[in-house]
Amino acid sequence: MSFLNNVITGVSLGSIYAIIALGYTMVYGIAKMLNFAHGDVIMVGAYVCFFVMSGAAGLSPQAAVLASVGAVLLAAVVCTALGIVIERLAYKPLRSAPSLAVLITAIGVSYLLQNSAQLLWGADTKTFRPIVEGSLVLIPGQLSISYVAVLSIVCCVVVMAALTAFTGGTKLGKAMRACSEDKAAAQLMGIDVNATISMTFAIGSALAALAGVLMCSAYPVLSPTTGSLPGIRAFTAAVFGGIGSVPGALLGGILLGVIETFAKAYISTDLSDAVVFAVLIIVLLVKPAGLMGRYVPEKV
Amino acid sequence: MAEKKQFQKGKMVPVPSVSIIPERDLGKSPILECSHLGIDFGGLTAVNEFNITVGRTEIAGLIGPNGAGKTTVFNLLTKVYQPTRGTILLDGLDTHGKTPAQVNRMGIARTFQNIRLFSNLTVEDNVKIGLHNQEKYSMFSGILRLPKYWRQERAAHERALELLSIFDMQDLAGHQAGSLPYGAQRRLEIVRALATNPSLLLLDEPAAGMNPSETAELMENIVKIRDTFQIAIMLIEHDMSLVMGICEGICVLNFGQIIAKGTAEEIQSNPTVIEAYLGKQQ
Repeated sequence: MSFLNNVITGVSLGSIYAIIALGYTMVYGIAKMLNFAHGDVIMVGAYVCFFVMSGAAGLSPQAAVLASVGAVLLAAVVCTALGIVIERLAYKPLRSAPSLAVLITAIGVSYLLQNSAQLLWGADTKTFRPIVEGSLVLIPGQLSISYVAVLSIVCCVVVMAALTAFTGGTKLGKAMRACSEDKAAAQLMGIDVNATISMTFAIGSALAALAGVLMCSAYPVLSPTTGSLPGIRAFTAAVFGGIGSVPGALLGGILLGVIETFAKAYISTDLSDAVVFAVLIIVLLVKPAGLMGRYVPEKV
Repeated sequence: MAEKKQFQKGKMVPVPSVSIIPERDLGKSPILECSHLGIDFGGLTAVNEFNITVGRTEIAGLIGPNGAGKTTVFNLLTKVYQPTRGTILLDGLDTHGKTPAQVNRMGIARTFQNIRLFSNLTVEDNVKIGLHNQEKYSMFSGILRLPKYWRQERAAHERALELLSIFDMQDLAGHQAGSLPYGAQRRLEIVRALATNPSLLLLDEPAAGMNPSETAELMENIVKIRDTFQIAIMLIEHDMSLVMGICEGICVLNFGQIIAKGTAEEIQSNPTVIEAYLGKQQ
């Protein structure tokens, strides 16, 4: 039974990683840049949710449900706006700059967000009130799934389905795929490349907010640096699955969550990160483009 | 520098003040008017004093030796480069300060010298990207697949197949664009450009790498596209049989300057053009 419990924990943790990894992978696919500030957008989303939930403490159960939904929506709106502003101010002026300059800027934005959060909300760790509480008991005393875990998995599936429907069949999705292949040609077909990139950041940041809320509901501690480690792990998941690939982000995220949970349960809690990264290195040695990524040789 | 300029000036031939506009376009305002168009890259003048008018349903040719600035002219027209000097009027509207996407929406579409399809997408999706600005539904109805989405997508699907049928390519709609044979990829690029609903279609070496029978078919198709869509077509081409065969007005560029304009017969007998291509007679 503990095995099954670990699988469930791993998949739900992996679902959160997958949602974060989607933000990395979509932005990379379109803008060809690594947005290292993505993890800190998660943290901002979690703080927004934290303040709404604290304000809603002591409400009747029905009103509390409403407050939870409102908290998630508000976090998504704030993060979407934040993502668009970051892109407009920090990355857009560097559209034709070398990729290293953009990378350094992204790290700079990451520190800016962390320190601003510290200044605004203090460096102390806050206890997050989960948006849903309790758990679903499958076998009394042996097997149960917390509602947060259920919600994480459901959210991940819904997000994946919506994104696949979006990029696969709609005109904006097609514009995104066109931009990821050849921005100059897309532009000459009448596609507004800047608007497409902004939209990608908006979607990625809204997903970051969702991930932040889910993560802090599952592991209810919140501090200005909350986002950075999950951000790095989700980035690893994106690379693991093949950066730029949407199904790859899902696969990478889930696998990473399961491997991490198993390493914690059966090997050592302290060594779990080492195990995760060792697996990443092995996978990249065998498949340099990640599990579902395509290796594109650079044309010289 | 001054010496070189004078030397080029000496080579110039009198250029007719109005370009050769076919009879059917007489009395109508031209679709494209370029005046004093020019661009410098640092100290290098790539194109200078480019003056041309193209009629509403004219097939115009832009020829010249390698490095003459032909593709640069296309890049100026589509705003890949912003001109240093001069104006471009498309259907009487100034394109100054517009982005490539905006100029496309105003009515200029193009193909590329080296094929630039979205090679991982299907043939149909490539054409649908050309239709991007004609499909109008929100992201919301797209994700939820509301009736408006289905109506518009069905219309786009039918339009894409209709456009592909110009080149008899409707059966290839589901194929990955990058897996098509070379000639088919060139044809798909033309279809994709046509999908954006242009009034001026720019073709950059459409016959490059084609054999004579494919070229002959392409010539027929270019004329057919002009007749069906009633648009102007401007093409860069090195295959003189194609240029002399279908272009009603031809403009010859050398070192970024127009050295001659006229009909096929006029160009073929122009001594300056012969000199630019073959060198001075000993």
